[in-house]
Amino acid sequence: MSTAIDIKGLNVYFGDSHNLFHAVKSATFAVESGASFGLVGESGSGKSTILKAITGLAPYWEGEMTVAGQPLGAKRDRAFYKTVQMVFQDPYASLHPRQSVDQVLSETLRLHGFKDINDRVDQLLKDVGLGPAFRFRYPHQLSGGQRQRVAIARALAPNPKILLLDEPTSALDVSVQAEILNLLKDLQAEHDLTYVMVSHDLAVVAHMCDAAAVMRNGEIVEILSIEDMRAGKTAHDYTMQLLNASANRVATVAAD
Amino acid sequence: MSIQSMTLREWLLSETPTSRRQARLAAYYKGWLTLRANHMAMAGLAIIVLLVGVAIFAPLLAPHDPYYQDLGNRLQPLGTEGHILGTDSLGRDILSRLIWGARITLYIVALVAMIAPIVGLLVGTVSGYAGGWVDIVLMRVTDIFLAFPRLVLALAFVAALGAGIENAVLAISLTAWPPYARLARAETLTIRSSDFISAIRLQGAGPLLIITKHIWPLCISSLIVRVTLDMAGIILAAAGLGFLGLGAQPPSPEWGAMISEGRRFILDYWWVATMPGLAIFAVSLAFNLLGDGLRDVLDPKDSSS
Repeated sequence: MSTAIDIKGLNVYFGDSHNLFHAVKSATFAVESGASFGLVGESGSGKSTILKAITGLAPYWEGEMTVAGQPLGAKRDRAFYKTVQMVFQDPYASLHPRQSVDQVLSETLRLHGFKDINDRVDQLLKDVGLGPAFRFRYPHQLSGGQRQRVAIARALAPNPKILLLDEPTSALDVSVQAEILNLLKDLQAEHDLTYVMVSHDLAVVAHMCDAAAVMRNGEIVEILSIEDMRAGKTAHDYTMQLLNASANRVATVAAD
Repeated sequence: MSIQSMTLREWLLSETPTSRRQARLAAYYKGWLTLRANHMAMAGLAIIVLLVGVAIFAPLLAPHDPYYQDLGNRLQPLGTEGHILGTDSLGRDILSRLIWGARITLYIVALVAMIAPIVGLLVGTVSGYAGGWVDIVLMRVTDIFLAFPRLVLALAFVAALGAGIENAVLAISLTAWPPYARLARAETLTIRSSDFISAIRLQGAGPLLIITKHIWPLCISSLIVRVTLDMAGIILAAAGLGFLGLGAQPPSPEWGAMISEGRRFILDYWWVATMPGLAIFAVSLAFNLLGDGLRDVLDPKDSSS
């Protein structure tokens, strides 16, 4: 298996030179293509910032990032966005309030240079479990789960190889969370996707991922496989604390 | 569910539109329904429609030539035979002059409404989206314009460019754009950090596309509201320039200039100045009422139902 994402010594900063905030401190990890990798930690631990750095939304970073064999520079080109896409945390904020589902998807497809836009929009909606009835609706006519499905469809539009998921279910009801997670699992199998998933919920990560990095205060304290996580075999106290905090939920997921 | 079995209303209010056109028309129709429920806004809209109608059909509606002078018939009171609203100091029919003046008022309003908000939108969104030096330079220029009292700045422009209706429009536009730029910039700042802008950036969209297709549609609604609310002020500024003799020139039947002419004998012949004053008042009020109604319809924060 080839390496989809390889990150070495990544530092990310926010703010200007007077008031610099060191958000991510020399993070190093690698994700095999076709695998799911989790980034867990409390809020403010820098896990979402890593995704932002990969996508180019966080401008001040140093270190080495290699995505699908291509080293990343200061700018991302269109080919990068065809390979890597992102699903945002809050489906209420990630869809333009004045654009219908059709407009969102058509525009995305047009940007990526597709020609058969009509058919592709229908196909994308079918892929994420929304029928053609949803095509001309506006975001305020959709529920949270339906919005997140639209956001996933938008991310899938350019046929990416890698999907970055920034807490894709944390803004949703518990019942809807499971639906979206299962949808993501099905899509991964269908489209042969690589996932990097940020979550503060160990149960979600245990359900979705093969391995996970535990982050605290901008540092990766430990990278462990999901088997070890379920078995409670950790080398680091902080991971143990996190595991204990959500022990019963991880165990239930493991029992499924 | 075939189209024939539905009324037009059902088709428009359908929860599952089947085409782009239907979805768009439905959005407009729902806005119209909200606006229609607001009686004050509808009253404002009715006055504005009336004004537009009067302006278009001025040659048919006006009983007399607005420029025809009859010194033997000057300063006739209200209700005079043939001159319902009386005549002015040169014996011209006031009603006819008001009707023709509607054209000038609309002309001013339309031109200012085309220039000022568009300039403001461009400056504001570019400034807000680009940030950095562009933002600083554009906003300081805006500040300079904002620091002058509006009518005084317009006076200076007219004095420099020469009196006349076009220059008055230009002067008012030049003084009217900074608030729009401020508004558009503030909106842009909140919009540009939102996830949906990040999402479209991740699709490889450039700044031009993001500003025109994603930021403008969200700014325009608040600008439209602001324009309709400002219309009253624009009409008054135009009337004020006319009153000072720097806007429309005699004998043009501009409402402000008419007040200015009637001012000299306001105590003895009050209607000469009052009638154009009432016209300005009605139209200003109408734009204000419509603006209030439009705010309820267009505010994106309220449209989530």
